[in-house]
Amino acid sequence: MENIYSYIAFVLLSGMILGSALLVVTLKNLVHSVLWLIVAFIGVAGIFLLLNADFVAAVQVLVYAGAVCIMIVFGVMLVQRIDMANSNPVNRRFKIAAPVVGGLFIVIGLLTARAQWVAAGKEVPTQTVQNLAPILLQDFVIPFEVAAILLTVALTGALVLVKEVKSNGDRS
Amino acid sequence: MENLFVNMASGMRSLLASAGLPDTATDFILMFLKLGAILVYILISALWLVYMERKVSAYMQCRIGPNRVGPLGLLQTTADIGKLISKEIIIPRCADKKLFLLGPILIFMPPLAVFAVAPFGKDMVAIDMNIGVYYFLAVASLSTVIVWMSGWASNNKYSLIGGMRVVAQMVSYEMPLILSIVGVIILTGTLNMSEIIRAQENVWFIFLQPLGFLIYLIAGVAETNRAPFDLVEGESEIICGPFTEYSGMGFAMFFLAEYANVVLVSVMATTLFLGGWHAPFGLTFIPSWIWFLLKVYVMIFLFMWFRWTYPRVRVDQLMEFGWKVLVPLSIANIFVTGIGKYLYQTIRW
Repeated sequence: MENIYSYIAFVLLSGMILGSALLVVTLKNLVHSVLWLIVAFIGVAGIFLLLNADFVAAVQVLVYAGAVCIMIVFGVMLVQRIDMANSNPVNRRFKIAAPVVGGLFIVIGLLTARAQWVAAGKEVPTQTVQNLAPILLQDFVIPFEVAAILLTVALTGALVLVKEVKSNGDRS
Repeated sequence: MENLFVNMASGMRSLLASAGLPDTATDFILMFLKLGAILVYILISALWLVYMERKVSAYMQCRIGPNRVGPLGLLQTTADIGKLISKEIIIPRCADKKLFLLGPILIFMPPLAVFAVAPFGKDMVAIDMNIGVYYFLAVASLSTVIVWMSGWASNNKYSLIGGMRVVAQMVSYEMPLILSIVGVIILTGTLNMSEIIRAQENVWFIFLQPLGFLIYLIAGVAETNRAPFDLVEGESEIICGPFTEYSGMGFAMFFLAEYANVVLVSVMATTLFLGGWHAPFGLTFIPSWIWFLLKVYVMIFLFMWFRWTYPRVRVDQLMEFGWKVLVPLSIANIFVTGIGKYLYQTIRW
């Protein structure tokens, strides 16, 4: 945080992320929760921008905030309630979970504050996009392709499962 | 003429600097003015494009079109907007009030945010972003959620079905749209819009990437929800889709946002495939920004031509065409482009 403006921006963005994340968990309506989740994701993209990571910020918006709509559609289709007003209920274990999570959060915070952070020795590159292709398609090409195959297998598997259900339904 | 807007910006800068303002304040005010100018251009453009659409459709159907309000009916859309502003905004009793009202407010945000990186002429880009093309794709994808939100919040079956169709259609056609742009990015090796235009100085990418341009055009029509892909608001099936329950200015905002999106897709097509602000045949005496706008309006006319020529496709045809034709073709295009570039680099003829 070199100057006062980025400090103010950081505080505002953090407040936005934490506030909207809290609303995601506490709101009763699933659709409202998911829409607040988009706000939280855009806040995270803002933090990335503040750190000069513009490519990661754009990825954050495209992959997370943009793709969330698919999640909502699945939420609406899969939730077995006629009314969406109470589709994201808070259960009674809330009172037990809150102190546990709070305690964990405090421990992580303390450890983070006490840790000896090593600053990167090298100059931060101004253009990060150009280096992506050699890393993904030369240095780490095998893990990259394996991940691609894994995703394709998962996709094909999902398709096969859906087809199976359909043909069974036809027979009966 | 060529440097009209650039000179205006530098004149404004020296004026502010002579008034004794610090550099950061000058930059801030200038950025504000640039983005404000783009905002005004888009809003006025959306207003007149409604008129253009009505005129184009009229001539294609051997009618005259709007011709009463103002000379040649040019003030027709202004009168329409005046009427819509004075109308009552009806909120359905069972609607989700906050989300219902938030929809029309937010719908203009993604297209306007993207225009900040559009290069309107030589040295005329408000923010010369390093990842401009990617920023366009990322921010433009947000409008899906807003339209879906409005459809869901209306609490009407037609609105909900329309909202679901928005998600299905946008997600399916975003894939070929992004993949068709990859060919251009392989050729230039950059995501910066100004540099992509600079790379097209000798040959426009529509000639090197004809398939990519075709896929981009089709996917662009689908992304803007216009005929023949206007299933989202197909009147004969689901009244007006997600916008069924909106009245007055709320409806007008969605209506105008559609035209802002058309301008956006045309601006991107011009930047990526039609050489941006480069003049064809060495006609450089016409300023670059006039060339850019000319190409954009030719693209918009093409979109309108499509709309009044082709009938609407069916939902299953839409999905099959997107996933079984456009996506494989765009992947093949990337493959061929990659091999072509590799061969070009090894042979160097």
